[in-house]
Amino acid sequence: MIPASFDYEVADSPEHAISLLAEHGEDAKLLAGGHSLLPMMKVRLAQPAVLVDIARVTELSGIRLEGDEVVIGATTRHADVAGSSLLQAEAPILAYAAAQVGDPQIRHRGTIGGSLAHADPAADLPMTLLALGGSVEISGPSGVRVVGADDFFVGPFESVLQPDELLTAVRVPRGGSVRWGYQKFVRRANDWAIVGVAVYDGRVALASMGGTPLRASATERALQSGASIEEAAALAAEGTSPGYDFHADADYRGHLARVLTRRALEGKTG
Amino acid sequence: MEIKLTVNGVTRSDEVEPRLLLIHYLRETLDLRAANIGCDTTSCGACTVLLDGESVKSCTVLAVQANGRSVTTAEGLVAADGTMSVVQQAFRENHGLQCGFCTPGMVMASTSLLAETPHPSEQQVREGLEGNFCRCTGYHNIVRSVLAAAEKLSGAAPSDGSDPVDAAEVIA
Repeated sequence: MIPASFDYEVADSPEHAISLLAEHGEDAKLLAGGHSLLPMMKVRLAQPAVLVDIARVTELSGIRLEGDEVVIGATTRHADVAGSSLLQAEAPILAYAAAQVGDPQIRHRGTIGGSLAHADPAADLPMTLLALGGSVEISGPSGVRVVGADDFFVGPFESVLQPDELLTAVRVPRGGSVRWGYQKFVRRANDWAIVGVAVYDGRVALASMGGTPLRASATERALQSGASIEEAAALAAEGTSPGYDFHADADYRGHLARVLTRRALEGKTG
Repeated sequence: MEIKLTVNGVTRSDEVEPRLLLIHYLRETLDLRAANIGCDTTSCGACTVLLDGESVKSCTVLAVQANGRSVTTAEGLVAADGTMSVVQQAFRENHGLQCGFCTPGMVMASTSLLAETPHPSEQQVREGLEGNFCRCTGYHNIVRSVLAAAEKLSGAAPSDGSDPVDAAEVIA
């Protein structure tokens, strides 16, 4: 399968990328690792006229501490997030989640910013950013804005990112000793979560339980009022709207959400 | 657009369409046919090659993305005198292949895995190859092959713990 023809531009700075987006308008798409975009282009679900390659912009990549946050450049690859000793110490759930994405080859190419911008409700990193209560930095023609994870995802494969904007960095709280758990239920290696649950400091986020990654709000409220893990986990599917496919129907996804939330609240990974 | 890159140690310069996939560039422009097109959807790993020493699925990389970088295919693992790499030799000695279609991808993924994790456990080998499918289901001997290569490589070039080694050492 071969993508439709497009023009290829290489950005040499974030400003250059933004000016190329302004020049080409909605016909342009940003290319980083290309592991969400290129598969869509190959089956012609996406046919951008111009690709703006941001993978060679060095200042968009890297991991650093800034006050009480860890800042991860948008084009930092999953393999580098997973292998970062800084993240393993300061935000271990994020390093763990990055290691669950796809397979080693995919983690050598795919980027944290690309995964978040793709906004797949079944993916690892959107759910994890939501659990962490992190945020993303977005640059555009009118300046820089920071959007919290709760406000970033608006629908399946849709975020508040505008066509002329560039996601430049991801911010997550430092919390090396915060209790966390992570559960991803799949039937095959290298698959998306049939249901996923990420728990961080009393925040519970679900994957594949609706059109966006979702907070398990009823579970969180129950925990705050002193409910046991079992009582709180039993509420995990409340307010969700899971779809159905050949892996699972909505009822089964609800069951998985309750079981996996209990395990994640117990601090388990898997 | 013109791309300049190193493929199996040889500097190449070619005019390519931006939409040309790396796997098609390797197979059709350069006539390097080791890497196969299997699923064509980033799943099966038959098209795995090394990009700057790291495994990637070349059906999901544009040739222009490899501009200025170094690509290694299974052909590039063989020395000028025909000697196979340690990983290739281990696949041969441990019968790590049946029909052979997945083998070039398996060998490249294993080469990358051993560069990152020189002393893998069996579990780490299995997880490290989760992006490569063998539809003959010959996984047991593939895993044995990688463990045998790891042992041979660590005997040849001692390394402490899981410190990454240069991919060139594993390729050699």
